[in-house]
Amino acid sequence: MSFSVPPTLEAELDELATHYPQKRSASLMFLHAFQEHFGHVPREAVEWTARKLGLQPINVYELVTFYPMFRQQPVGKTHIKVCRTLSCALAGSAELREHFCQKLGLDSHKHTPQTTADGKFTVEFVECLASCGTAPVVMVNDDLLEKVTVTEADRVLASGKK
Amino acid sequence: MSNAPATTAAPPPVEKIRIKVDGRDVEVPKLLPNWQGKLEPTTMLQAVQIAGGEVPHYCYHPKLPVAGNCRMCLIEFGTPMMGPDRKPVLNPDGTPKIARSVLPYEPQTPRGAIACATPISPGMELYPSSPATKQMREAVLESLLINHPLDCPICDQAGECKLQEYSVEHGQANSRFVEPKVHKPKAVDLGPRIVLDDERCILCTRCIRFTRDIAGDDALGIVNRGSYNTIAAWKDGAFDNNYTLNTVDICPVGALTSKDFRFKMRVWFLKETKSVCSSCATGCNITIGSREGTIYRYEPRDNEAVNGPWMCDAGRLNYRWVARADRIHDVYVRGVKSTWETANREIHALLGRAPEGSVAIVAGARQTTEELYLLKKLATRLGALTDSIAREGEPDRLLVSADRNPNSNGARLTGIAFTEMGIQLPKIAEGIAAGTIKTLIVFGEDVTKHGLGADLLARLETLIVSDILPNATTAAAHFLLPGCAHAEKRGTFVNTKGRVQKFMKAVEPPGDARAEWEVLHEWVHQVTGQNGFSTIEGLFNQMAREVPAFAGLEWSKLGDTGVTITI
Repeated sequence: MSFSVPPTLEAELDELATHYPQKRSASLMFLHAFQEHFGHVPREAVEWTARKLGLQPINVYELVTFYPMFRQQPVGKTHIKVCRTLSCALAGSAELREHFCQKLGLDSHKHTPQTTADGKFTVEFVECLASCGTAPVVMVNDDLLEKVTVTEADRVLASGKK
Repeated sequence: MSNAPATTAAPPPVEKIRIKVDGRDVEVPKLLPNWQGKLEPTTMLQAVQIAGGEVPHYCYHPKLPVAGNCRMCLIEFGTPMMGPDRKPVLNPDGTPKIARSVLPYEPQTPRGAIACATPISPGMELYPSSPATKQMREAVLESLLINHPLDCPICDQAGECKLQEYSVEHGQANSRFVEPKVHKPKAVDLGPRIVLDDERCILCTRCIRFTRDIAGDDALGIVNRGSYNTIAAWKDGAFDNNYTLNTVDICPVGALTSKDFRFKMRVWFLKETKSVCSSCATGCNITIGSREGTIYRYEPRDNEAVNGPWMCDAGRLNYRWVARADRIHDVYVRGVKSTWETANREIHALLGRAPEGSVAIVAGARQTTEELYLLKKLATRLGALTDSIAREGEPDRLLVSADRNPNSNGARLTGIAFTEMGIQLPKIAEGIAAGTIKTLIVFGEDVTKHGLGADLLARLETLIVSDILPNATTAAAHFLLPGCAHAEKRGTFVNTKGRVQKFMKAVEPPGDARAEWEVLHEWVHQVTGQNGFSTIEGLFNQMAREVPAFAGLEWSKLGDTGVTITI
């Protein structure tokens, strides 16, 4: 896959860089913009960001690996983020994730995000989604689902399979 | 009580602070040089060192910016207690009352401070050997060892590992850790000369700081998070500058290893010899690690006046030629294997009857100062033209000099070469062509590459060559004499700034090879009739008396780090 930054994205990034007195401070916003655009942060984007902001690629790569939110690989069309922090854990988030994995044929023992072979689904555990009162919660792409039951989970899977 | 002598040069005017270290009164300078030599408030760690103690540490390095991340240097301390009137509270005996630092919510528990980054203040009391300090060290070590693979038997760092040393000194014998260890990448190809074992790494970031702040190549970083933190370069093999191997030296554990040295030799078998790098005119101080006549590694040796604690990779790895199989092992007279006795007898007779001006000498600026001095003596007696050959390369901003000869200034000061090296070579060539120069003595240079081609050499009646490795000049020699690498003899080099530095003998020379100064001593004695010294000490001292630039020097006064003279 050849990597290129479209002019509109580049213009947006150039504008972003002007928000900060120090150029390097814009790195996080650059990475967000790249993930928004490409769905993940490819290695070339790290190199591009470093070049643009006068950094070494390793400086930017440190950021990418530090924040689990930045993805280095593409994720499935339906990205299921199951909260595993205290309230959700008590309300059965482990079972919920297990259920997703089982239905999709994914290995629930791996702690990294798991994507199905057809690229339709990614399931991962995330830290607190800040909705402890309605545990267990799941984020499906940008939507927050509350008090998620197995039935609800199956509905998510069914709509994602379409 | 008096204070111990300061290990670091104190600034003028020295403002002192009085503190207590383990109950002893100590006076320490208020400011001391930081890693860049700028004055900064003295830290607890420096104060304890001045008091003659040592605070264990991993991430702190005197020549790197302070990071304060390993927590190994935590110590218990106290400061004078202040009353509400901001006056010191006194004990019944009149001494100031000390408030030990404690956790605010748990006043029974001492609260340590990292000694590497905490400045001292007047009246402060440091307790580097208190039970609380010991407990802190134990806890930090236990935490550092949680995920450590404990593969000491096959680890290259074993024997010079701070984890091992501090575990013995400050650790506890048993591990309480029963969970599975976190596994991280092994044998990571960080750069062309460096292999990284991430499981052994304690994340002190010395390597990151070195390559960013000293070498100026921001190539390393910490990726991932929490227990999965690892040192990494952007790509495998990307850690490639001329100073990478210094990170192996400063790595307090076995994480960074040298591809050249790893798995070659257990470090405790190595004999350490103080020497000087011969790859350029900077003259970085080194320690040669050898065992049973084989050199295994060069390591930089701290010398504030020359190289600090660093050296370049090129110089460090430039030792293999010493053990090359094609070294000149024997004396050859006109192509036939001979002995020193025969060769020397003939050379003595030949030089003894040589008419004034019929001899020329080309001596490499890789020879020791003493050898160049003896050659100059010979040249004076014979009325010989002398010269050396310049060897140039690209300099860098840190250590590498453009002059790749280790002893150019030695050659100049002894009078073998002029300031502009090689200026006499055309005259020597002319003399040979005209037939006035009948004998040429060459020490450690291939003159065929410098204007004295094989055709010219063929016109000589006698060509005397001393060298280490074969080349076109040695091939043409009537007398071929096996010489020594600098690691095989003692002597001095004068570096580009006029630092006279001595080096010691690490290994024996191969075959019949002899130190050139020993041979030259005989020649000078036989040809000039002067008596000389048959020890390097005597020879150096004689040279210091006779050569004005070295006036006042003595071998014994050179010490391990040399003396700077005016050049």
